[in-house]
Amino acid sequence: MSSLLVLAIVIAIGVVAFFIGRQRAAAHDNGAVKPHSRAHYHGWWAFLLAVLPAVLLLAVWTIGSSFYLDRHIRAALPERTADSKVASEALDVSLVKSLAKGLRKLDADTALPATFAELQPPLAAKGVALASDTQDYMIPIAVEANAVQSRLGLFGAVITLALSIAGAFYALRQIAPRARARNNVEKLMLWGLLAASTIAILTTVGIVLSMLFQTITFFESVSPMGFFFGTVWDPRFAAAGSGGSQGQFGLIPLLAGTLYIALVALVVAVPVGLMSAVYMAEYASPRVRSVVKPALELLAGIPTIVYGIFAVVTLGPFLRDLSAALTGGSPFIQGQSIFTAGLVMGIMLIPVVSSLSDDIITAVPRAMRDGSLGLGATRSETIKRVILPAALPGIVGAILLTASRAIGETMIVVLAAGVAANLTVNPFEAMTTITVKIVNQLTGDLEFNSPQTLVAFALGLTLFVLTLVMNIVALYIVRKYREQYE
Amino acid sequence: MTDISMDTMARAVAHPRRDIGLKGRYAAERRFRIYGAVAISVGLAFLAIMLITIVSKGYTAFWQTTVTLPINFDEKVIDPSNKRATDPSVLIKANYPKLAENALVAKLGINPDDKPMIQKLKGFLSEGARVQLRNIVAADPSVIGTTRNVDILAAANLDSAFKGQIDLSVEEARRKVSDQQIAWMDKLKADGAMAEHFNTGLFTYGASSRPETSGMGVAIIGSFYMMVIVLLLALPIGVAASIYLEEFAKKNRLTDLIEVNINNLAAVPSIVFGLLGLAVFINFLGMPRSAAFVGGLVLTLMTLPTIIIATRAALAAVPPSIRSAALGLGASKMQMVFHHILPLAAPGILTGTIIGLARALGETAPLLLIGMVAFVADYPKTPFDPATALPVQIYMWANEAERAFVERMSGAIIILLVFLMAMNITAIVLRRRFERRW
Amino acid sequence: MNIMTEQSLENAVGEKMSAKSNEVIKMRGDKVGVFYGEKQALFDVNLDVRLNQVTALIGPSGCGKSTFLRCLNRMNDTIDSARVTGKITLDEEDIYDKSIDVVELRARVGMVFQKPNPFPKSIYENVAYGPRIHGLAKRKADMDQVVESSLKKAAIWNEVKDRLQEPGTGLSGGQQQRLCIARAIAVSPEVILMDEPCSALDPIATARVEELIDELRQNYTIVIVTHSMQQAARVSQRTAMFHLGYLVEEGATDKMFTNPDDQRTQDYITGRFG
Repeated sequence: MSSLLVLAIVIAIGVVAFFIGRQRAAAHDNGAVKPHSRAHYHGWWAFLLAVLPAVLLLAVWTIGSSFYLDRHIRAALPERTADSKVASEALDVSLVKSLAKGLRKLDADTALPATFAELQPPLAAKGVALASDTQDYMIPIAVEANAVQSRLGLFGAVITLALSIAGAFYALRQIAPRARARNNVEKLMLWGLLAASTIAILTTVGIVLSMLFQTITFFESVSPMGFFFGTVWDPRFAAAGSGGSQGQFGLIPLLAGTLYIALVALVVAVPVGLMSAVYMAEYASPRVRSVVKPALELLAGIPTIVYGIFAVVTLGPFLRDLSAALTGGSPFIQGQSIFTAGLVMGIMLIPVVSSLSDDIITAVPRAMRDGSLGLGATRSETIKRVILPAALPGIVGAILLTASRAIGETMIVVLAAGVAANLTVNPFEAMTTITVKIVNQLTGDLEFNSPQTLVAFALGLTLFVLTLVMNIVALYIVRKYREQYE
Repeated sequence: MTDISMDTMARAVAHPRRDIGLKGRYAAERRFRIYGAVAISVGLAFLAIMLITIVSKGYTAFWQTTVTLPINFDEKVIDPSNKRATDPSVLIKANYPKLAENALVAKLGINPDDKPMIQKLKGFLSEGARVQLRNIVAADPSVIGTTRNVDILAAANLDSAFKGQIDLSVEEARRKVSDQQIAWMDKLKADGAMAEHFNTGLFTYGASSRPETSGMGVAIIGSFYMMVIVLLLALPIGVAASIYLEEFAKKNRLTDLIEVNINNLAAVPSIVFGLLGLAVFINFLGMPRSAAFVGGLVLTLMTLPTIIIATRAALAAVPPSIRSAALGLGASKMQMVFHHILPLAAPGILTGTIIGLARALGETAPLLLIGMVAFVADYPKTPFDPATALPVQIYMWANEAERAFVERMSGAIIILLVFLMAMNITAIVLRRRFERRW
Repeated sequence: MNIMTEQSLENAVGEKMSAKSNEVIKMRGDKVGVFYGEKQALFDVNLDVRLNQVTALIGPSGCGKSTFLRCLNRMNDTIDSARVTGKITLDEEDIYDKSIDVVELRARVGMVFQKPNPFPKSIYENVAYGPRIHGLAKRKADMDQVVESSLKKAAIWNEVKDRLQEPGTGLSGGQQQRLCIARAIAVSPEVILMDEPCSALDPIATARVEELIDELRQNYTIVIVTHSMQQAARVSQRTAMFHLGYLVEEGATDKMFTNPDDQRTQDYITGRFG
């Protein structure tokens, strides 16, 4: 019996239990004793007891039996030798599994041929295409695996359904006027809510663990020193006499490129964003504000790929041609350059800076503003000497958050910054970033367990830690700042 | 005016005035104000420039040139040995482009024996004609032997030429359209046989190596699947988590940890979520690569913090008096939340969700890592089939060299932006409309 | 007590006489203490609430009277840091006992708050909400009946009967407060707690609500917190005076206002502090 069918039956049992429970509870309500919970809560409680434990059991059983089946197949496979026809044991197992899956589609009474070659036509007739390196010896194993699987499935289905019915009976027997069905249902709901809120923790744990494991594997073939302090990024080919056979994975040029581009972006975004925020908070008329604020929000809603394409299709060529025209010959700004990428990223960050600083500037209490204006200071003097200094910690936090956005930004740099891992100080040349290399290393047709792919996770972990530290510091500063004025 | 005020005025004049540098200070004030106005204008100007360049490059993508030809479904070309009754594969393998070529030769009045001339027709019509004509025959084999008018796509270069995007002053050898083809094009145009139509293919075709037959169909379906998955997962989970944190959680270590986590996840670079998806969903759990389902899961995790933060703000904005009113009547805390607080917070939750969805719709980087950069020609039937997404499709077209792909890419950006603007404007309007001051 | 007229005093005294015949203790506080975190807000309060009487809790602000009131239907449970010691009984049953369900308790001991807080729903829905969650009216007709009688008991029926589907938040302050009282009555509680129910109302609305409280006494036991001594004198049969978290004095209202035992009560009702 398939898990889906079992699930459907369990839910059906639950629905029946719901109606019986509600019915019974309503029948109990004869006015003699004031019932504790309304009838439908009894119904829900019966439903939950019928469904939840059974579904959990089913899930555990399904996962467990798939592991068991794997072990079973592995044990049945012939001993691996040097002349095994299949490349790895994992491949062996997966071939058997897909063969078994194909066999299930055949009619039960079809006599099975002994060789794969004879098996292929009837399978193909059922629309099953199998890998050509499926071996003859796998056929009996697959048949056996199917038998084991159906036994496991049947047993699982029986105990799941039994548990479901038992749960329903237990809940239905509990029904009494004073039974606290509502409290039971609500307690379960509360557990559900708690579970939902722990997903955030699970996500973080997932991020850290998944990247950590791959990174550790990566460091088995490349030394951490060579990664963190290496100045050469050349993952494909070995440099003569150094870096071993897989190439060199020096973080420094990527990190430098990342920080350089982020710096250019901040130089563009911070003054413009901050001044817009000041203008919006202190000078703009309500009418201007009601137009400009949504416009800036829309600007923030444009996906970064659009900025990236703007950089590579329009701005990059324009700057290159402009620089060529200025020198009257060869362009000094390359089509993909730190400057172009940083400039466009800066534009993208303007609304980010302005909305973060707007919040912070408006948090400065009115009294402070009035105090300065009351002394006869002009508005700009008040802003420059009173409001901005008071808001400074908050603004620093906002800039840190923006910087973390700039460092983690991917699509703009993938399109506009270039892929060559240079170390240069000239902003008009191309440099590459951590995020670009993560994308590069993982979008090719590389084998998953090679250092060339694993390095992406080491880069990802570096990026995660870098932004994590910045975020936490920034969030801490901003929170302290807000508390000060609350 | 009374005497007293005259008196004070007189005294004010008498009082010696200090020079407090007012002139300079007001000049500084004006300058400062101008800086602010300039900053805002710069921001808005960038927005305008970006939108204008994209629209001006992309609006032509919504039209596509077709050539209307009377196609003679000649049995001699399709099934010369008359075997289709016994061997249906004949109809699939037949030389359909020849039919189109014959029709074009006849239409242009070229001598059918003038081989060099016919050779020059190469690249006039789209290769898509093969599939188009094959489908007509497959749908209705009785069409064989008859003649029927069919709109056939012009090849991308002719399409560009027709739209006037090819500079004819460049010498012939260096451009992709020959003078002869231009002459034929003008002839067909004069006949009314060649014309621009609204480009439905842009919305329906899948991936293709030829610009004129490539479209965003697969990407639209992929993005749609992902948005549905994000909505179905992130909204309930996000709301449930927010309710727990805002209404039930006691102040303790676990709650603090969850809060720090959520705030931090909201600021984690999106590409990191792609790495998570690759390592956990695809490698560890063995889910299929390139599938919209995995993309949806990754985007769900990415969107959750946004939704949680917005929902918590919306819940916190519901005044405590409503809570005590419900509790005072003997509602349980759960009933209080689900009967009163949640409905009142709904507009805020909705706004946050729409903004989160809009961000997820425009997100590219994590999808690159889970293999959604794929050449997918067929519609994904389920979320588990290979698919692409709108922004990824844009990225893939950006990497193509041909001019016609840039046009399609810009068209795709326009469509993506229209979707996003619509969502963001809805959110802004919703917020204004339902903003409740308690 | 120069503000109080002889007339109203006499009224209060008259009512006291008639009420004396059946003095059953409905709720009893026994050494009730409340802590907010480390800080103790209420100390060893022993106070009885008598059936079908109005008990007024008075005292200067921050004296613990509202805190005590909120113990009577365990509204303090909603504050994480709050902790209650001692014992409170309702019909001789400990309401802080594990066997008592707090939701059920609040259905028996209803509450009306300082600021009128109607739900942003229709007038009808405001009143129907309580009966609906407690399953008190099975059919639509029953529900209509409950809503109508509750609104009538709250003396607001005539003002709203033609606009039951309009939002409750659109009513005037006094009407809103009577709607909240109707909403509380609709659950058929045994005790109604009122936390300064008139403090947000104008004098005319206050008079209507006070009249209402007096009428409600026939069927319900009422505990009211007020900072207005005249109000306490007008509506209550018994008064308890709180000061700095302690119950200073408790007794029949007429005695409290004419001849208090405690100096602090004397000072408070003559307006020396508060």
